[in-house]
Amino acid sequence: MSAAIAQVLSEDPRLRYVLRLADTSLILGQRLAEWVGHAPALEEDLGLANIALDLIGQARLLLSYAGELEGRGRSEDELAFLRDAGQFLNLTLVEQPNGDFGHTLVRQLLASAFQLELYEALQTCADARLAEIAAKALQETRYHVRYSASWVVRLGDGTAESHARVQSALEELWPFTTELFAADAVEEAMAAAGIAPDVAALQARWSARIDAVLAEATLVRPADSPFPWHGKRGVHTEHLGYMLAEMQFLQRAYPGAEW
Amino acid sequence: MSVASQVESAQSNWQEEVWRLLGEVKDPEIPLLSIIDLGIVRYVRGASRDALHVGLTPTYSGCPATEVIRNSVEQKLARAGFREVVIETILAPPWSSDWLTPAARLKLAAYGIAPPVEAVSNPKRLLGAVAVLCPRCHSPATRLISEFGSTPCKAHYACTACLEPFDYFKCI
Repeated sequence: MSAAIAQVLSEDPRLRYVLRLADTSLILGQRLAEWVGHAPALEEDLGLANIALDLIGQARLLLSYAGELEGRGRSEDELAFLRDAGQFLNLTLVEQPNGDFGHTLVRQLLASAFQLELYEALQTCADARLAEIAAKALQETRYHVRYSASWVVRLGDGTAESHARVQSALEELWPFTTELFAADAVEEAMAAAGIAPDVAALQARWSARIDAVLAEATLVRPADSPFPWHGKRGVHTEHLGYMLAEMQFLQRAYPGAEW
Repeated sequence: MSVASQVESAQSNWQEEVWRLLGEVKDPEIPLLSIIDLGIVRYVRGASRDALHVGLTPTYSGCPATEVIRNSVEQKLARAGFREVVIETILAPPWSSDWLTPAARLKLAAYGIAPPVEAVSNPKRLLGAVAVLCPRCHSPATRLISEFGSTPCKAHYACTACLEPFDYFKCI
């Protein structure tokens, strides 16, 4: 076992689990916010910005909780703006670049459908704080799934051009979904504590929901990739560093700046 | 009057005053509604007017109005002489559009925002059979333009009878 992995396992698995949830929401919210002022129509600009706002709000609740679990007095802002890429524990899927509008909506559907099933389970979990955050986030996530699913159907079952583009986005993003259901020691410890849900059941529900949308969208589900990415362990694609450079610029240049 | 009942009546007086003051704090994004109309004040508690606790709940986790509302409540109560106010954010159970008061629904409709049509628990919502009435001409012939409108709590609709676009306060 490498020293890095040994260190990870010696830390509180609950803290790491909460950071994974928090960072996944934060990074996806930041990615969506890149669309503000650039979406194909005003309604979609508002739609993407609203989803980004929900996700960043959920991230704030989760990061505050992570800061308390860590017990070193770090605030939500310090956790968001003063950690480097290797300390972010988000799913690799959500740091992938936006691509075109269809690509963004395919990523959103895959991620939101996962969060929906996860929050549904977490709202009755053994950690009361996590349960109440999940119950709140669940209401919002239902709308994210409805929005992204309806766009994937419109584009998939649209013109030859739109169909080809979302099918190619699906093929590009699909390999990142393996990580969603690749449970490691942190998730196993959390499942044993009655907090994390059973991964196999989660995957079955997610899969059924995605299949139904893909069928309506006339899209073909790609083959599963055996290799899981390891964003949730802090090993990321190159894209996260560039994104953080922009997201964290202000706090790096003007430490402690507030408004 | 006994001492005990005097204490009790003093307590109910300041509690009433706090509730009246909270009724004057408006939602910054939909200023026709007070925070009581919205159903986001969970409780007013405290042993005396100098040790007051107010429980507020956010409508959406990322709603930017949440902090503005918090500050407005603090200022409103400070100006009325409530010096020690602790504002607590309560998440559970999560806020629901079912908590809008009947007065709030009427105010929204009169303002041109369609109020949430049905209780969140209504099983018909699962079938997607929600008829949103146009707040201008009251026609049920309306269509959804976007699930997301000008604020997190609203969706964007258009009326196919009078052709007016309008905001719909979402069921959540």
